[in-house]
Amino acid sequence: MWGKLSWAAIPLDQPIPLVASGVVIAVVVSVLALVVLKGWFPYLWREWITSVDHKRIGIMYIVLAMVMLLRGFSDAIMMRSQQALAFQSEGYLPPEHYDQIFSAHGTLMIFFVAMPFVIGLMNFVVPLQLGVRDVAFPTLNSVGFWLTATGALLVNISLLVGEFARTGWLPFPPLSELTYSPGVGVDYYLWALEISGIGTLVAAINLVTTVLKLHAPGMTYMRMPMFCWTTLASNLLIVAAFPILTATLTMLVLDRYLGFHFFTNEAGGNMMMFVNLIWAWGHPEVYILVLPAFGVFSEVVSTFSGKPLFGYRSMVAATMVICILSFTVWLHHFFTMGAGADVNAIFGILSMIIAVPTGVKVFNWLFTMYGGRIVYATPMLWSIGFMVTFVIGGMTGVLLAVPPVDFVLHNSLFLVAHFHNVIIGGVLFGAFAGYTYWFPKAFGFRLHEGLGKASFWCWITGFYVAFMPLYVLGLMGMTRRMQHYDVAAWHPWLVIAAGGAAIILLGIGLQIAQLVVSIRRRHELRDETGDPWNGRSLEWATSSPPPVFNFAVLPRIEGEEAYWGMKERASKDVILGPEPSYRDIEMPRNSATGFVCAFFATIMGFSLIWHIWWLVGVAIVGAYATFVVFAWRDRDEYVILAESVARIDRANRRARRVMLGERELVS
Amino acid sequence: MSFSDPTSERHPTDFAPGIEDVAEGDLARGIKSYLVGLGLATLLTVTSFFISGTTLVWGPSIPVALAVLAIAQMGVHLVFFLHIGTGPENVNNVMALAFGVLIVLLLLVGSLWIMSNMNRNMAPAAEMEAEAAPPPYVVGTLRLDGLGARLPAE
Amino acid sequence: MTAFDAASGQADPYRLGHVPVGSRPHHTLGHADRGLASKRVTTAYGFWIFLLSDMVMFSAFFATYAVLVGNTADGPSGRDLFDLSSVALETAFLLTSSFAVGLASIGARARSGTWFYGAMVATFVLGAAFLALELREFASMIARDAGPTRSAFLSAFFTLVGCHGLHITVGLLWLLTMMAQVFAKGYRADILRRMLCFSLFWHALDIVWVAIFTEVYLMGLVL
Repeated sequence: MWGKLSWAAIPLDQPIPLVASGVVIAVVVSVLALVVLKGWFPYLWREWITSVDHKRIGIMYIVLAMVMLLRGFSDAIMMRSQQALAFQSEGYLPPEHYDQIFSAHGTLMIFFVAMPFVIGLMNFVVPLQLGVRDVAFPTLNSVGFWLTATGALLVNISLLVGEFARTGWLPFPPLSELTYSPGVGVDYYLWALEISGIGTLVAAINLVTTVLKLHAPGMTYMRMPMFCWTTLASNLLIVAAFPILTATLTMLVLDRYLGFHFFTNEAGGNMMMFVNLIWAWGHPEVYILVLPAFGVFSEVVSTFSGKPLFGYRSMVAATMVICILSFTVWLHHFFTMGAGADVNAIFGILSMIIAVPTGVKVFNWLFTMYGGRIVYATPMLWSIGFMVTFVIGGMTGVLLAVPPVDFVLHNSLFLVAHFHNVIIGGVLFGAFAGYTYWFPKAFGFRLHEGLGKASFWCWITGFYVAFMPLYVLGLMGMTRRMQHYDVAAWHPWLVIAAGGAAIILLGIGLQIAQLVVSIRRRHELRDETGDPWNGRSLEWATSSPPPVFNFAVLPRIEGEEAYWGMKERASKDVILGPEPSYRDIEMPRNSATGFVCAFFATIMGFSLIWHIWWLVGVAIVGAYATFVVFAWRDRDEYVILAESVARIDRANRRARRVMLGERELVS
Repeated sequence: MSFSDPTSERHPTDFAPGIEDVAEGDLARGIKSYLVGLGLATLLTVTSFFISGTTLVWGPSIPVALAVLAIAQMGVHLVFFLHIGTGPENVNNVMALAFGVLIVLLLLVGSLWIMSNMNRNMAPAAEMEAEAAPPPYVVGTLRLDGLGARLPAE
Repeated sequence: MTAFDAASGQADPYRLGHVPVGSRPHHTLGHADRGLASKRVTTAYGFWIFLLSDMVMFSAFFATYAVLVGNTADGPSGRDLFDLSSVALETAFLLTSSFAVGLASIGARARSGTWFYGAMVATFVLGAAFLALELREFASMIARDAGPTRSAFLSAFFTLVGCHGLHITVGLLWLLTMMAQVFAKGYRADILRRMLCFSLFWHALDIVWVAIFTEVYLMGLVL
């Protein structure tokens, strides 16, 4: 009846996961209780869970990312403290648990922190920057989010029910085959990623179509803000790369569930094909994550330097070149696994070439700052921290692109330091810059500057203290993923690295404090104008938070930096134009499709993991029925009457008038 | 109501795949396009099946001919069934298609090249010695043959 | 969003600047400054992007097949297993069904019930016949101890061809749902958009089949 599932699945003999999941369950239950007791559930259901508003969905993506960041970071703290303690001792984490922790850490941080964070930012910002009212496929957008959440939920269920993979963040066969990983850990990994991968693909199709097909009139390609370009490139990469991941994991699923021989040792299987395919996805994935961050930095640097982005066209070209080149370098992840010198050399050279467009970008940001009046607000600090850190990470990457060097350093902590250097210094700093930069747009009040800056300094200091020792350790020959070790020379460096993790913990604490303090003092931090940073792109033209329809009247774009142009004209003419004529607006209706679909996907994933076949069938039928019900509905839009639009927009105009210090033109 | 989409039928600036360049009601032309497509596709398919079994053609040229015929038939399908054209309004669709084709080619050619190279270098020791000149950069300690990197039966 | 909004886009929606009416050059919606695309174009384009991603997924299976095709583990190879006449019949069925779905979409646009339902039923029958032949081939191979667990080659074969077959199955389910929708709701704009997507899907599956019968079957017999 219940497949492989029994009470033995709960790790009663392991106190750490048990206590951790107890805490998680207590938090979830108390949040749910609060929601029910306060009567918030109808509000949550109506305004968030079933919402198809791109702004709400974007915010939910980011909330998911931040919650998962806490989970992934607690894994990091455990690894750093284990390695600090495990010199000539066992430490406090047994090997099988330690292996699950580093696997979960990587999986969570890439798939459920970095990905939702950047997708959330793109979802929130891109339609506003393009001057439109929603994304191309609002309901699919909601489906995409909820499927991502399903994946995250499955990974976290593995904490209490069963186990997680012990195979690292990419489950290389034959270790991940049934022979060597008979438990459900790898299955949790596989189904969590298959389901969330579909969610990511859906989100990407939606965003590509939005950028290419939905524009305010006059928003030609070469007038789009840089963030829209990087969104386009990143989502094209998702469309092209994630199917490879899905196919590869499907083959591993078939090996494990039906006894196929794709990657096994027997019957002609070839595990190198898994390594080949997974990196054909894995390398573009790096750029999927970092390109949106580049977009954020482009917006932030130009805004806080008070100048247009330097070399906009070269920036566009660099972005699109990266989009193509990122598909030609995947072999550098397995230089040492048997390819000949010719193949290694060609992929090594291509890997170095891809650093060139990235270098172009760094110079463009520097030249944007040159001669500008730089405001050192928190988003700008993250950007400058990024530039310094990312250049170091990029250069160690170019080092690793040299095959002979890679033969010495592969699988060592040097590699671990390198990719944390680019992912924390690039993606995460970008995500935090974007979070601080667009927070007032999302919620109508700014984040506390002092605490934000304190948090930034903790993060960057903590980062250097935690990861520079890893470079040294890598050069000293320490390999990654060691549960314990006997080399005395490594020990002090690992203690320093653990100290760095503690400083980052302080930074995260300060970020939480920043959020709490900002919410409590929201009235003094209120953004009345909708344009708190003196912005340049269209998202700042509407109020903060934007009305559900974003723009009462769609703007017509007549140049780059659309909003800056409007402001310039306004200050020249020193007068506010007559009120536009408002019309009824049609907006997509809410839909529970995404949530219900994810509900069935969760059941399906869980029952596949535990071999509860009948429940798999039930879930598939349920998901199909959900789509049919959705397809059968007769009204998919509702109308906001012109009077309501006018009422909402007049408030925004009042705020603009105050901002410009002008009187309204009596028309 | 969204269903009365005023621009749903024809749009002056933009096309998407599958949207034919024929006016409403001009059914004959629409059907004709499909008929031409069907005829060409049948012709190419029959040729493919024919040459795969024939001895009339020089043997080694057959795989190349098959690949060419397949690519031609895909083109026929794209043009006559999916209505991917060359007009200016189709730029976006063709660009997306070109990107997709590029990725497919990179993945196919890259994977085949990498895997054949690895198979050659990681051959089990016996076969390795049998080869005329084993590549000098493959040293014994780096072999993965114990882990099961297999050589396809050649 | 209506097209009207797109046409009435304003240079300065909040009238921040003093823009006397008529002082700015009049813009028309030319190709260079497109506004919002119509829903039909947006939907079809989004589906086109989906199809491209599906092609990339198939290409991963094709690459795996090409790499593993020689790894028969002393079991049967394609030359021992493939039956070209059955494949030719499958090809004929699928090609004709692709033609039929084209007629169905023309029928739907012309709102002609006879054309639409007739062509859709023809598509379904041809698709189901294709699927039946494929399943018969699979069953006979498994009966000859040449199932997917026999060797890496057969794993790759069953997965590649089976993935296409699974797409066909999903397509048939979609086809029935599509017919039920037209029956219940009529030729509404949103349903016609779905019909457009369905025909794109079906044509794309035929393209994948061209690749399969060439790379798997014909090349398998030639090489």
